[in-house]
Amino acid sequence: MDEKELRSMVERMVLELAGQTPSAPAARTAAAVRREEVTDGCLEDITKTDLRRQYLVQNPRSGQAFQDLKLKTPARLGLGRAGARYKTISMLRMRADHAAAQDSVFSHVPDEFATANGFVPVQTLCQSKDEYLTRPDRGRRFDEENQAIIQKTFGHNPKIALVVGDGLSSAAIEANAVDCLQAVRAGLKAYGLEGGPVLYVKYCRVGASDHIGDLTGAEVVCMLVGERPGLVTAESMSAYLTYKPHIGIPESKRTVISNIHKGGTTAVEAGAHIAELIKTMLERKASGIDLR
Amino acid sequence: MGEELLSVGIDIGTSTTQLILSKLTLENRAAPFTVPRVAIGEREVLYRSHIHFTPLLSDTVIDAEGVRAIVEEEYRKSGYDKSQVDTGAVIITGETARKENAREVLSALSAFAGDFVVATAGPDLESILAARGAGADQYSKEQHKRILHFDIGGGTANLALYDRGELAATGCLDVGGRLIKIDRNSGQVTYVSPVFGRAACPAPAVGQRVTPETLTPVLQAMVEALEQAAGLRPGRDRLEGFLTQGTRWAPATVDGVSFSGGVADCVYQPPEDWLAYGDIGVLLGKAIAASPAFGQVERFRGAETIRATVVGAGSHATDLSGSTIFYRDMDFPMKNLPILKLTRQEEEGTAEELTKAIGDKLNWYADQSGLTQLVLALRGEDNPTYSRIQDLAQGVARGLAPLLAAGFLPVVAVEADQAKVLGQALAALVPGPLLCLDGIHVDNGDYLDIGGPVAGGAVLPVVIKTLVFNKS
Repeated sequence: MDEKELRSMVERMVLELAGQTPSAPAARTAAAVRREEVTDGCLEDITKTDLRRQYLVQNPRSGQAFQDLKLKTPARLGLGRAGARYKTISMLRMRADHAAAQDSVFSHVPDEFATANGFVPVQTLCQSKDEYLTRPDRGRRFDEENQAIIQKTFGHNPKIALVVGDGLSSAAIEANAVDCLQAVRAGLKAYGLEGGPVLYVKYCRVGASDHIGDLTGAEVVCMLVGERPGLVTAESMSAYLTYKPHIGIPESKRTVISNIHKGGTTAVEAGAHIAELIKTMLERKASGIDLR
Repeated sequence: MGEELLSVGIDIGTSTTQLILSKLTLENRAAPFTVPRVAIGEREVLYRSHIHFTPLLSDTVIDAEGVRAIVEEEYRKSGYDKSQVDTGAVIITGETARKENAREVLSALSAFAGDFVVATAGPDLESILAARGAGADQYSKEQHKRILHFDIGGGTANLALYDRGELAATGCLDVGGRLIKIDRNSGQVTYVSPVFGRAACPAPAVGQRVTPETLTPVLQAMVEALEQAAGLRPGRDRLEGFLTQGTRWAPATVDGVSFSGGVADCVYQPPEDWLAYGDIGVLLGKAIAASPAFGQVERFRGAETIRATVVGAGSHATDLSGSTIFYRDMDFPMKNLPILKLTRQEEEGTAEELTKAIGDKLNWYADQSGLTQLVLALRGEDNPTYSRIQDLAQGVARGLAPLLAAGFLPVVAVEADQAKVLGQALAALVPGPLLCLDGIHVDNGDYLDIGGPVAGGAVLPVVIKTLVFNKS
């Protein structure tokens, strides 16, 4: 059923409910009325509301206490109800957040992003978003042409290889990667280390670190990658740090810093933490559970 | 993690001196795979000393040797050595804080009691520590209520108002159990505090023989002052009369009250003999318990009564910094650092404006001998860009240059979680020692003590000494 059919069916039902039979003049009147209501105003952006501060229960017994609790969680609580259902605002917000999450998965980081920030762009074996989503294995390997670029970028046995990957959220990378990397570089400098060039990987899975490790012999590969978006935020980024990664390395050897976004750990503070982690890994020659 | 800190609390009060040792357990509260967030998880009191009378040489001089002997003896009895003590606080409270040698006794004792045991005083801090020691803050937070806590000791009643877990006000009244002392055998008054004259309150004279009945008007006046403070009795005549000089208190409506201090024991379980302590403490406790006004609201019964302040000093004085911080070549502990806090507007300025604002304010803290070591306090932004951090670092580095030139160290405390990035940015701009910590909410007029790193170097224990409390 397409949208038009659906619309006309709904209109018919509404009119029937209102005790009118569907007729051509009535439909025309409805259309005319709708036209009059159109204004140049702008609807409020409901996604701008901070859910932790949105409390919709009417006549609460302990409203203030509930609001205090709400500040501690992004969970959708205290939404009130209309009959047995959510209020319209809650339902719309849920759909808006879901749409943002989906958009973030399906949209691309603009091609200019890498070059504008001085990153060296490469691509995994994936040729499209569809292939990226359905073939995780191909998001972890590079073809020969890209392999050559990676080797040229990092040279032989670099101490540190900084990598940015689009992962499952383009929005996360656009929101956080640049500030985070600046903080990482400055932090490394404070510890007497050099960040070196940054690789940007399109259609990137975390496991691409391992191929990069094999290709370059890097001691620490630090990859900033977009997390699978959720309903809380579509802008959450993770950092995966692996000491001497190679194809087949167990996942337990990775150190992860997740929840890097404006409502979690901020990009800059995470960058500073990552810089220190890299220093620690180089000193202790370990990552993941070996680092404990 | 499971790291533990041994913390000592010593309270030298108007009438009693006590010591406790407690164990603070550190835990990482962050979810796995995120940046760590270390906090004090559990506080367990391991040892409670006897309750000693505070040794005095005269009405105006504390017997420093006597106090020191008590501490030494209690350490011995506890089975812990002072070298094992990681942190803690000595607080000098009530009328004792007004003695001539209070300051000397305090600093000597804090040095004697352990490496990072800090000296504290002041009615605001006393109120806060007592309320926290009794658990009134926690109760207020968990029940989402406004709770007014009274710590009623020998000389003063310290008030702390907690609104849904947040400290809203502190105050102090000259209401206490030992303002009138009575000879237990003869029933004759041996001491009457000058407070009653100031409060225009009818009080017995020294030498007069008294009974519970003849003391009723005095007790009633004191209870009325407390009731007015809690907004449970109209007017503020009594309140004004007993308000400690130089303090303020605005009566507030409350959901509940709680009591600690020696007099609180007499609220809940008064001894049979009204002259058990040779003062009016027992009768004052009974009068509070019998007050219809206090019966109108809930009464929270805290975990501690007479020991609330010392438990507060031992278990609640120490906080932890944020878990992502930066320090380089620092020697800890650092004690008694005054706070220089910029206004929000100054803080949001450009690097040049920041430099100027810091430079101007540095001079406020200069004394005859020049600049002093201080802490620059900032609020920080929620989600700054890196270029903003760089601006901030530049402004701070240049602004603090006169301080560094005078041989002092750059110490920066931020509220928002950004000390590590700011510290790393500053590291490139200033040579040598540097400390940048976050999660610290302080204001001008506060003092900060900073201990050596714990939890694998991730966090620093800090004691924030609020001397002036007026969060408005």
